[in-house]
Amino acid sequence: MRAVCWYGKNDVRVYDTPDPKIINPRDAIIKVTTTAICGSDLHLYDGYIPTMEKGDILGHEFMGEVVEVGSQVTNLKLGDRVVVPFTIACGRCFFCKRELWSLCDNSNPNARTAETLYGFSGSGLFGYSHMLGGYAGGQAEYVRVPFADVGPIPIPEGLEDEQVLFLSDIFPTGYMAAENCNIQQGDTIAVWGCGPVGQFAIKSAYLLGAERVIAIDSVAERVKMAAEEGKAETLDFYDEDIFTKLKEMTGGLGPDACIDAVGLEAHGTTIDALYDRAKTALYLATDRSHALRQAIHSCRKGGTVSVPGVYGGFLDKFPFGAAFAKGLTLKMGQTHVHRYLRPLLELIEKGAIDPSFVITHRLGLNDAPFGYETFKKKEDACIKIVMKP
Amino acid sequence: MSESTRERHGHPASLTTRHEQSLSQSSQSANLGKTEKVLFTIGGGALAIYGITRPSVRGLILTALGAGMLHRGVSGYCEIYRAIGIDHANGKADSVARDIHVEKAVTINRSPEELYRFWRSFENLPLFMKNLEAVVPIDEKRSHWKVKGPAGVLVEWDAEIYNEKEGELISWRALQEADIVNAGTVRFEPAPGGRGTHVRVTMNYNAPGGRLSALMAKLFGQEPGQMVEEDLRCFKQMMEAGEIPSTEGQPTGRSPEATALPKRKPNKKADEQQGLVEPRRSMTHAA
Repeated sequence: MRAVCWYGKNDVRVYDTPDPKIINPRDAIIKVTTTAICGSDLHLYDGYIPTMEKGDILGHEFMGEVVEVGSQVTNLKLGDRVVVPFTIACGRCFFCKRELWSLCDNSNPNARTAETLYGFSGSGLFGYSHMLGGYAGGQAEYVRVPFADVGPIPIPEGLEDEQVLFLSDIFPTGYMAAENCNIQQGDTIAVWGCGPVGQFAIKSAYLLGAERVIAIDSVAERVKMAAEEGKAETLDFYDEDIFTKLKEMTGGLGPDACIDAVGLEAHGTTIDALYDRAKTALYLATDRSHALRQAIHSCRKGGTVSVPGVYGGFLDKFPFGAAFAKGLTLKMGQTHVHRYLRPLLELIEKGAIDPSFVITHRLGLNDAPFGYETFKKKEDACIKIVMKP
Repeated sequence: MSESTRERHGHPASLTTRHEQSLSQSSQSANLGKTEKVLFTIGGGALAIYGITRPSVRGLILTALGAGMLHRGVSGYCEIYRAIGIDHANGKADSVARDIHVEKAVTINRSPEELYRFWRSFENLPLFMKNLEAVVPIDEKRSHWKVKGPAGVLVEWDAEIYNEKEGELISWRALQEADIVNAGTVRFEPAPGGRGTHVRVTMNYNAPGGRLSALMAKLFGQEPGQMVEEDLRCFKQMMEAGEIPSTEGQPTGRSPEATALPKRKPNKKADEQQGLVEPRRSMTHAA
């Protein structure tokens, strides 16, 4: 089969590899019909995530048709069309039972490595480094899905792939980010980053009852999408002093909740952003947290900072004093995708949202290297790339 | 913990006290076992050669260290062993499991009784213990154990259960003529709030090559408790998820059969004609 493989920083290649096989009784094999490149795949492409190995198959946003099931998978049948959550969860441990699916105890074969870095290991993920499971990803013609009896959600007739594909990650991720804000009537939510997750966070914030959403980015077409599709008020961080502007817009109060949909590779023009760039370039720090600092600084007293953006290592100059002084609530973590599959599928069926609005590019799998490069450089107004194997 | 275990459940293996040992070796006679002699000779030699090829202070230190080890290996006498009263010479291994002490715990979302029953059927153990080849029951209390040792050497011994409480604990010890002297206890304690079971393993064993080889393994990142910890993790996965997660045999670009497809520049027109790519949605750039 053809598969998109990681070969180092700025180097992905399409390989002809053997097809996946059933390894465990709760596995299924999916023939991928549509897959996507995620913003977090760029962290791999940029070499920020440790424990990648040359030849690893990428991709954690995918859907397709069930072509083979293990002996313990009784809820799926051959030919079912399913979307697969990017987090792999057993459904039976302490964490799964509490709907904390992305913290599953039993799905990471390399838990020991993650424990060395983080104390405890989260769930395994598709195509996202050996520390997080080392599972072959879904930017391929076929993919093996472990614990297929609890993850994949069958898709009813009448919905296009592109309408439901993003249930695998970015829609639930944006939605959980908004849900974590505990939105109350009259609330103003500020969203840093208008990439796909930011776009879904904006829409979700309105779905959950936000009064106003203010979106912050500097990439013209993303800001435009946030305004036109998301109905957000927008700020460009190259033009405005974000803190001052947010304070002014909210009548001196500050946003009730702030969402950092940027993560560890933030760009910025302030002193701290340049400092981060220099430090990470010299390998003195791992993550650039400019957006998170600004979110914490800007948030109103007693507010919530919700972090769907990915962080991997150590943050420098983290304004913990500001978070403490203002009594902030910090919410974060990989998305508990399984929790949101059904409710969000219902929203799509009802027509409350059509997630395909973020798609700007459609490619064949063979063009993945071009896709990664275009996405990374935000060329050609690229916001979201889907690929058809 | 280990001391109290011994008090409560009797001594895990027969006694040869440290005191007796130090009496038996007042002179500078050999006190290293055969395995240790080989380890010292090879390890010391390799280190010395490595050191000689590095013309630096570090190289010099390594050479000296290697030479020292080489001498120990060839003479079979170790001053440190004498000082702490170990004698592995004369084919007599330390018969008390005390070199390495391991305590590990895991919480499993099943009842103590279920976990006890699964564990007590010793033939289940190789399902989740990586290095365990097989356990064959001999009778109600005794069983034969086969373990893949270092470098793939098969190590075997007979073990007996010397204490057990149904649904609560199992204590075992290797019988006299074991290759690896070992003894241990596994306890199944109900976790608070109905959160399953705390499974606690305490284990003592003498590694082939003694305390020193264990120390060397530790230096190279292999903590002695690691294997126990990984086995317990697999036990949990087996009992909760019904399987142990694995990626063994999955496809990668590294597979010998994998071949790279030629790099191509996307040709939008040609692709569109083939129905590969739909034209991009119109999206006008903002100013």
